[in-house]
Amino acid sequence: MNPTEYGPGPEPCFTPGSPTKFVVPCSRVTPDSSADYLSGVNRVLNRGGRLVSLWGSWADERAPVLFSAFSDAEGLLLFRLGISALERTFPSIAFLFPLANRLERAVRDLYGWDPEGLPDPRPWLDHGLWTRPPMVPPGVSPAERPVREDSFSEDYRFVRVEGEGVHEIPVGPVHAGIIEPGHFRFQVVGEKVLRMEERFGFTHKGVRSLFRNRPLGEAISLAGRISGDSTVAYQTAFSDAVESATGSVPPLRARWIRSILLERERIANHLGDLGALGNDAGFGFGQIQFGRLKEEFLRTNQQMFGHRYLMDAVIPGGVFRDLGPGEITVLRKECSRVKEGVLELKTIYDEHGGLQDRFSGTGWLDPMLAGRWGLGGVVGRASGQMYDLRHTHPVPPYDKVRVPVSISRRGDVAARVQVRFQEIRHSLSFLDSVLESMPDGSFFNPLEESFSGSEGIGWVEGWRGEVLCWVRLGTGLTVLDAHCHDPSWILWPALEQTIPGNLVADFPLINKSFNLSYSGHDL
Amino acid sequence: MHKILLKIFRTGNLTEPLPVPAPPLEKPCSLARGSLSIRHVDAGSCNACELELHALNQSIYSPETLGIRFVASPRHADALLVTGPVTLAMKEALKATAGATPNPRAIIAMGDCAINGGVFRGSYAVAGGVAEVIAVDGQIPGCPPAPGQILAFLERLALPEPHP
Repeated sequence: MNPTEYGPGPEPCFTPGSPTKFVVPCSRVTPDSSADYLSGVNRVLNRGGRLVSLWGSWADERAPVLFSAFSDAEGLLLFRLGISALERTFPSIAFLFPLANRLERAVRDLYGWDPEGLPDPRPWLDHGLWTRPPMVPPGVSPAERPVREDSFSEDYRFVRVEGEGVHEIPVGPVHAGIIEPGHFRFQVVGEKVLRMEERFGFTHKGVRSLFRNRPLGEAISLAGRISGDSTVAYQTAFSDAVESATGSVPPLRARWIRSILLERERIANHLGDLGALGNDAGFGFGQIQFGRLKEEFLRTNQQMFGHRYLMDAVIPGGVFRDLGPGEITVLRKECSRVKEGVLELKTIYDEHGGLQDRFSGTGWLDPMLAGRWGLGGVVGRASGQMYDLRHTHPVPPYDKVRVPVSISRRGDVAARVQVRFQEIRHSLSFLDSVLESMPDGSFFNPLEESFSGSEGIGWVEGWRGEVLCWVRLGTGLTVLDAHCHDPSWILWPALEQTIPGNLVADFPLINKSFNLSYSGHDL
Repeated sequence: MHKILLKIFRTGNLTEPLPVPAPPLEKPCSLARGSLSIRHVDAGSCNACELELHALNQSIYSPETLGIRFVASPRHADALLVTGPVTLAMKEALKATAGATPNPRAIIAMGDCAINGGVFRGSYAVAGGVAEVIAVDGQIPGCPPAPGQILAFLERLALPEPHP
């Protein structure tokens, strides 16, 4: 790929001397005008690129900027479009990449910039509880408006299906279980769902505003709490971004330990999901057996890294603590024990007719759609997509110890179960090889502090999918602005497409097989 | 089928000994007599607290042996277990859920965010803790609190003898 083909102003994202070996390659394009931006994005589409994320930045006195990130075979491509402070509009790219719809609506809600050409006027994160777009810096005064008293009964215009016997089922934001809050609107005939539409923003915590002018230590802790189940992925991506911004190089051993933490997070979450999927299909045995394996895993995490979900184990510059030879032996033994346990349970799942009956054909996500939208993560791979950053853009140690991409083309719940089983197996083998060949050296390098402020980006394959973090640092290692992107942004719209034709009662099972984050999405 | 039975037989009883109950509550809350039905409300957590609630609800901790169970409706609940810093968008939903819970009821704030907003304190989008919205009867600190800690607290709440 020659970045010049995408538009004017191509340059590498990272300052010279940055640890390019440790991060996914990235080039930056700075279009001069809206027309340049649109033609650049159009070329990305024509070359088979896919949308990764889209966000705004208006943290300081600098001119507001709209970022959009795409990926292709070469790596990341970052568009940086200046927003006119007077007009405050940007061209919508939703007609090229439909998944940009919600991301652009979120930008409109947070910054008040209007996406030109976006046919959907509805808010997304905004529940009518702010008098002005919250991310507009003080001093700039957009039109204020009255605050609503009642957020959840706000009259959001869901698309309705009409006809004889059609009725509507509203679900949420408080669900009948231990789940995060969100709203689903079902249009049904009898038991059959004709349409399902999501309404989110209930867990919007204003994370973007909290990143502004934060000391690095606090910012990394915040990044680890954007989506608790993906804390390692977030903190690794955030650390990668900080390291590439400062031109620091983490020691090789730290990279090794980070990959161990990432895979442990993946395995723990997959174990939990497999149990919960069994339970949602009426097979409580699965919940208990997988829950037991997961609990063992979490306790080892607590013992070795001081946290059951590995929060704050990854820090910019390396990792929080080293692994001793004794601990490595314990971890390897645990891997082989879990491998055995999972294999035994896989046989039971595979041979269980009732379970497979619930899984098969349920919640079918069309591989054609997954391909058109460029869906990654467990969900995309279960619909035949070969996206896995560990494989396509390996950074150490994934370049030495290869992880095969786990794929199924079936696209149903059964496929997502199978992909999880495969990934656990691959991750356990990976862990065993990595633990065996740990390089010597330190586990932490202090960051280079003698720099005058720059930007960095980190892109990591978390257990759910690709997590992207973008950071702008100021002097004294202060975070001026940061954006973290959860794979759920891309995958929630796919869930909507999966539901029609299924029974209402199958929704919990399908939703669980996706297991997307509300918190990471709402930010 | 025989593989399942064999596995169950080999696994045996997973439930661990009961934890030591937490110290008595500051403000006694005499609503339970040996059983406690809990409705969980996520008021905008990062989902780590939910992971721990799922971990708690397993045979290793077996809260049901203590009469503690999670119910699907606030109408069936003795206590609300609230996680998250209470986002503005969840404020009304939380109040409505509390309003649908019959008295006497306890409101428990679980996790650092629910206690004081945690890392999200100061944001334009959060109330900064459950107590900012409804009166709280008990707190379980931690980020997230471990299942053992949660169980110890709930056991204290479900103890059969009336509090002094």
